[in-house]
Amino acid sequence: MWERFDRAFYHWFAIVLITLALIVAQPHFNWLATYPEDLIVPFADWLNAIMDWLVDYLGWLFMGVSWLLEWPIKGVRLVLQALPWSVTGFLFCLVAYIASGWRLALFTLTSCLYMVIIGYWPESMNTLSLVAISVPMAILFGFGLGVWAFYSRRAERAIMPLLDILQTVPAFAYLLLILMLFGFGTVVGLIASVLYSFPPMVRNTIVGLRRVPAEVIESGLMSGATGRQLFWQVRVSNAKRQLLLGVNQATMASLSMVIIASIIGGTADIGWEVLSQIRKAQFGESLLAGLVIALMAMVIDRVTSGLATQSGDYEKRNRSQSLRHYKVLIACCGFVAFYVLAKFIPALEVWPRELEFSPARGMNESLTYLIVNFRTEIETIKTLAFFFVMLPTKIGLQGSVSPFTWGFELQTWHSLSYAAGMTLIGAFCAYRVNTHVAIFVLLFAIFFYFGLTKMPWPALLLIYSFAAWRIGGTRLGLGTFFGLGFIVVTGIWPEAMLSVYLCSIAVIISFILGAGLGIWAAGNDTVSAILRPINDTLQTMPLFVILIPFVMIFKIGEFTALLAIVAYAIVPAIRYTEHGLRNLPEGVIEAAQMMGCSNRQMLWSVKIPLALPVMMLGLNQTIMYGIAMLVIAALVGTNGLEQIVYIGLSDGNFGVGLIAGMGLAIIAMIADRTTQAWSRKRQSIVEVRIW
Amino acid sequence: MTSEAPARKDVKLSCRNVWKIYGEKPAQFFEAGNGAVDSPVALSKTISTSDHIVANADVSFDVHVSEIFVIMGLSGSGKSTIVRCISRLVEPTAGEVLLDGEDVLKKSDAELIEIRRHKMGMVFQSFGLMPHLNVIENIAFPLKLQGIGGRERYAQAERVIELVGLQGRESNFPNELSGGQQQRVGIARSLAVEPEVWLLDEPFSALDPLIRKKMQDEFLRIQSVLHKSIVFITHDFQEALRVADRMAIMRDGAIVQVGRPVDLILNPVDDYVREFTRDVPWESVLCAADVAEAADSPLKGLGRVAADTPIDSLLGYLGENADGVAVEAADGSVIGVARAANVVRALANGCDTAPAQVRR
Repeated sequence: MWERFDRAFYHWFAIVLITLALIVAQPHFNWLATYPEDLIVPFADWLNAIMDWLVDYLGWLFMGVSWLLEWPIKGVRLVLQALPWSVTGFLFCLVAYIASGWRLALFTLTSCLYMVIIGYWPESMNTLSLVAISVPMAILFGFGLGVWAFYSRRAERAIMPLLDILQTVPAFAYLLLILMLFGFGTVVGLIASVLYSFPPMVRNTIVGLRRVPAEVIESGLMSGATGRQLFWQVRVSNAKRQLLLGVNQATMASLSMVIIASIIGGTADIGWEVLSQIRKAQFGESLLAGLVIALMAMVIDRVTSGLATQSGDYEKRNRSQSLRHYKVLIACCGFVAFYVLAKFIPALEVWPRELEFSPARGMNESLTYLIVNFRTEIETIKTLAFFFVMLPTKIGLQGSVSPFTWGFELQTWHSLSYAAGMTLIGAFCAYRVNTHVAIFVLLFAIFFYFGLTKMPWPALLLIYSFAAWRIGGTRLGLGTFFGLGFIVVTGIWPEAMLSVYLCSIAVIISFILGAGLGIWAAGNDTVSAILRPINDTLQTMPLFVILIPFVMIFKIGEFTALLAIVAYAIVPAIRYTEHGLRNLPEGVIEAAQMMGCSNRQMLWSVKIPLALPVMMLGLNQTIMYGIAMLVIAALVGTNGLEQIVYIGLSDGNFGVGLIAGMGLAIIAMIADRTTQAWSRKRQSIVEVRIW
Repeated sequence: MTSEAPARKDVKLSCRNVWKIYGEKPAQFFEAGNGAVDSPVALSKTISTSDHIVANADVSFDVHVSEIFVIMGLSGSGKSTIVRCISRLVEPTAGEVLLDGEDVLKKSDAELIEIRRHKMGMVFQSFGLMPHLNVIENIAFPLKLQGIGGRERYAQAERVIELVGLQGRESNFPNELSGGQQQRVGIARSLAVEPEVWLLDEPFSALDPLIRKKMQDEFLRIQSVLHKSIVFITHDFQEALRVADRMAIMRDGAIVQVGRPVDLILNPVDDYVREFTRDVPWESVLCAADVAEAADSPLKGLGRVAADTPIDSLLGYLGENADGVAVEAADGSVIGVARAANVVRALANGCDTAPAQVRR
């Protein structure tokens, strides 16, 4: 049985021992516990200095750009505000009908009516005008960069990491940069949303252009296409569907960023409305306003993705194309009709205040009722989670077990039996399962006893880097080491661990729950049909809105943040699990059936191992979603890096905010690369190709 | 190489010592793109040992006016590359491709586009149709690129649609068509510009056998109307036999043998070629002239057949008439006599079963 202890196992075992040694040594050497303050490299100060220089010497340039960009926004805003709501609403419904049909048109109509009646129409139009400007800019910019990267390998190598950075560094971190350069105002939201929304367009452009089959290109060439004809009429036409998917993603990203950017205020848009209502603790109002955002996001998403699907559905498009002239005609007629009508019926022009209907007060009252009557239950849930899960992970059993929390004092014999028990379990795993699981159990036991934030940083640095090296090779290992090293020397390690702690609990919960739901949905069409719209909604919902119901019930705090992250990050876990289980090679399943697999055997010994690479991609996405939500969750009071980013923004300390943001980005990228490498490794083992 | 049949007509297209090398610096092996080297085999070896890949080695052949020239070879033999060298979808490393006596490889980009627009048409294995265009738009696509106006180009496209028998399918999209129909669209598109040289790269390989046979017949019918100069690529020897006027067999990027199908069958240059001819039903390939021997007895009373009569249609007659049959050429002169024994001898050449032990 000794052959199962390979080199890797001994390496790991050595690391476990080193970790224990470091923990023992910790109380005697202070620098093990916290990185010495006088060794911290003042990156933040340098960044601030650069920033000051930029503002002093190039400020006029950015201000000029800002002034220029102000105009189109003002123009669109003016038009959208001047038009009667009935005219705009009619046009929206028409577009929805063209994109997808009657059902979407009806949904759009309902959404418009909701915005009008609830009294948020002007705010919604302000948000929309920003999106309407930023999306074309992002699309043009993204398409151009994508084409460049498609033709030039060197350009691609430069652009790809840039996209990674733009998509992982939390927006709060660079909002301030934009704010300082371009000055206060709507332009900040515009630039932030362009920066955030052009990356998906670039990616989709590259993928789309690459996927055009070689023979189609060749047949285009043999038809005598010139360079330009080949590009526009062959490559771009064939990639149209993918390009439109890019447009869809860019639009959604733009909308979510416009909402996030409203945090700096002064925009009078719907995001600001939500935020200020949350701050005033008026949950009914904030939920109603949040719903406006959600509806807007859903309509925009369905319309753009409808257009994308349609562009691949040539048969249908053909039929509708003959109606194109009618559509323009209908649009014009409707425009005029509603415009004239609005002149006679003022309610169609501007919805009168007295007809506005807001159930906010009722909602607030019933919420209060709920909280008052179920206080004990809510408190119990919160305490249980806090005492038995969150606190031990954070500061370890040794810190959290006390008569006040667990009901007894932690004695030496408790600790000893914990150590013995865990060692036994580890040995059992090594003997029965495999050595990797055993190591995992041991490390987990150590983490859980001493607490993630109480671990000496050299030990964690070692463990993370070694794991990354084992999974992804030398480059990933070194990358992880230097990435985490950066976090150490900039002095944000303790906060980084707080972020990791909150995020990992959320991810573990999301993944276990999500995988369970996914397995259920894969075997049950009804469950699948119920989950799909819920997932769709959660995924299109701007992150802000997801916070609202949790804040309403559980007030601010880490637990609320945890729930919000779980609610958002669970979606990919469900989706990928179901997708992976439903798209297995049929031959293998049939073969397993013929061998006489029971249902349980089929699931655990056949389906799940085969679906594992896809599920791991799901884990990857769960982590990414978790980190994205974590940043937003800073608004409801967390203590990690995300909070520093947020404070940096509100204090105007650009350097500190950006460093913390970069720290989060580093963590996100390490997690991303590691899980992807892991999935690839599994993929090559089971030889299942994904997609 | 066996002797080629004398050129019946003028040469339309001609490949002269075409080489295609893949690798870091493919041009280093040739002086100024000159593909005529003393020892192509030795050069190929040098190239392969210096981290380059030889896709085409010293390929030379002529395609005559209104001739179907088939290039046959297994996958990886370089047949698809050579047809792409002719159309310059792939840029040859060295050599010449003469179209009407002018070197295509020396043309500027603009001239090349003109050649593709008016002189060459190409059909692809997996059709290469534009999924976003319907049948008639696909067929008219080359015309659209030339800037021909809507009405005129659809009228022109309509004519070729009729030729390939796709009437009534004009507004369908490629994904609504069967494989055979899609390839008809591909064929029609390549013919829409009325090219002089028609390149077909494994046009029927993606189709199932029954459809393939039908499309071959269709192809031969179209050719009997249009008389294009054709380069036809295939990996299927039977298909080559059916359509070829002349054919070339390729291996490892080089041409092994060129000739009429029957030349290849009767006189394979090596085992590689013989391997292909093995499964050929000889009785349907050989014709009376191939088995006839000089007449040494009076011809009186013998029946007469044309020189290109397939053997299998003569088997019954020869079984009844031991004296055989006189074979006459197109001008009426007698080539020789074919007897049952000649046929049996010819067929014996073509079968590779070990001869039975005959006891005396």
